[in-house]
Amino acid sequence: MSYVRHTLRLVYKDVVVELRRKELVYATVFFAAVVLLVFSFAFLGGARPTLDVASGVLWVTVALTGTLGIGRAFEREREGDTFHALLLSPVPRSAIYLGKLVSLCLLMALVIAVAAFGVALLFGAPLMSHAGHVALLLGLGTVGFAAIASLFAASLGRARSRELLLPLLVYPLVVPVLIAGARATAGLLMAEDPALPAFWTRFLVVFDCIFVAIGIWTFEPLAASEG
Amino acid sequence: MTDAPGAQLVILARGLHQAYGRQPALRGVDLELARGEAIALLGPNGAGKSTLLRILSSFERPQRGTLRFEDDVEGAALRRRIGVVAHESLCYADLSARENLRFFAGLYDVEDPRRVDQLLERVALVGAADRPARTYSRGMLQRLAVARALVHAPSLLLLDEPFTGLDRQGTVLLSQLLGEEKRRGVSMLVVSHDLPAIAPFVDRALVLARGRIERNLVLDGTDRLSSLERVYDEAVGGPPTFAGAGAA
Repeated sequence: MSYVRHTLRLVYKDVVVELRRKELVYATVFFAAVVLLVFSFAFLGGARPTLDVASGVLWVTVALTGTLGIGRAFEREREGDTFHALLLSPVPRSAIYLGKLVSLCLLMALVIAVAAFGVALLFGAPLMSHAGHVALLLGLGTVGFAAIASLFAASLGRARSRELLLPLLVYPLVVPVLIAGARATAGLLMAEDPALPAFWTRFLVVFDCIFVAIGIWTFEPLAASEG
Repeated sequence: MTDAPGAQLVILARGLHQAYGRQPALRGVDLELARGEAIALLGPNGAGKSTLLRILSSFERPQRGTLRFEDDVEGAALRRRIGVVAHESLCYADLSARENLRFFAGLYDVEDPRRVDQLLERVALVGAADRPARTYSRGMLQRLAVARALVHAPSLLLLDEPFTGLDRQGTVLLSQLLGEEKRRGVSMLVVSHDLPAIAPFVDRALVLARGRIERNLVLDGTDRLSSLERVYDEAVGGPPTFAGAGAA
């Protein structure tokens, strides 16, 4: 019970800090809107983009804005060296990791909602006709992405080029999430064989389980080396 | 060595070595800290004082040497006993002093609901308790950092320059507060260059230079500040002199 209480306390603190600053929400939502507009302008004047292009645009937007948000979220923990304070506390390191993971997923959920709306509007993707399954896919993708990105963002510590290193380390590892998410979303939108989205959904569940477990297991040594 | 034979040791360190790349920070540090004892850790900049505190706070592992704590505790149980004041405040700028202390009290499972208010009073932050910490002056932030370190009533305090940014009133307040903690039986290791502030409550002074403990001075009697100043000047190479100071 104490483990869950500590995790929720960490999430609550992150939510309160973000509600006061609103810096991450504004920055990531604005960035997502810009990315979507850039993509939509790229297809301007040509043939209407296919639904699998729309699906790809959605997932690339998730990856780009996710990296921006997660990098900045950990940067903020370093401002007063508060991440150090968390590591000095007796709270299990895995609870610190899970707390960060949950709060980053909440932030990304907000950004994804805006991105999904933008894709539906600009690319004419019928996301609402499969709202439940698309939301499940995006949720699973967010967890997988945040599980990997949080781990690396915590472990990069005070490395001088951490803003540059974070995407370089994260993107190769989240490629399976992007492929699975994009393929499953495209399959849903194009009403292809229903087995295809179901397969990629199961794939994302397994991916999330593996990487959240790895995160819980490796967060302590990686975070300890951040000092 | 401690001058209290048979006293219960809180920290026993032997031959601590630490290097960053090829740069050695600690080169075989031996240290004993008894329960209720306060040690001043003196030395010039870059002597390895902060590195030693980071190792003792269990934030860093020494590359060589042994480190044992009272009752052989380690991990979370050890972290529960230690309070740390570091160079940064370790507090959230967007939370108020009260919210910061409540948050950290929760992380340490502090059950007494009055603890936060008591601490705010002790560090004279009651009037500003509900303002975001980012609106605080350097001195107020430092007092909040001290309150955060004390929130779980630790039995060991590791203080890295706790008097930084404090005005005269704040320095006296913190010096008295640390004296009270010591009388309560708290052991402490304090790195400071503010010798008048630490003189009233420290029992010993260790001089760390070039990664080694070079001097161990037991402070007693009434001339504590002079003794501290003498050993400090020896450690940093004498009182400051400026080129051309005597020219006028």
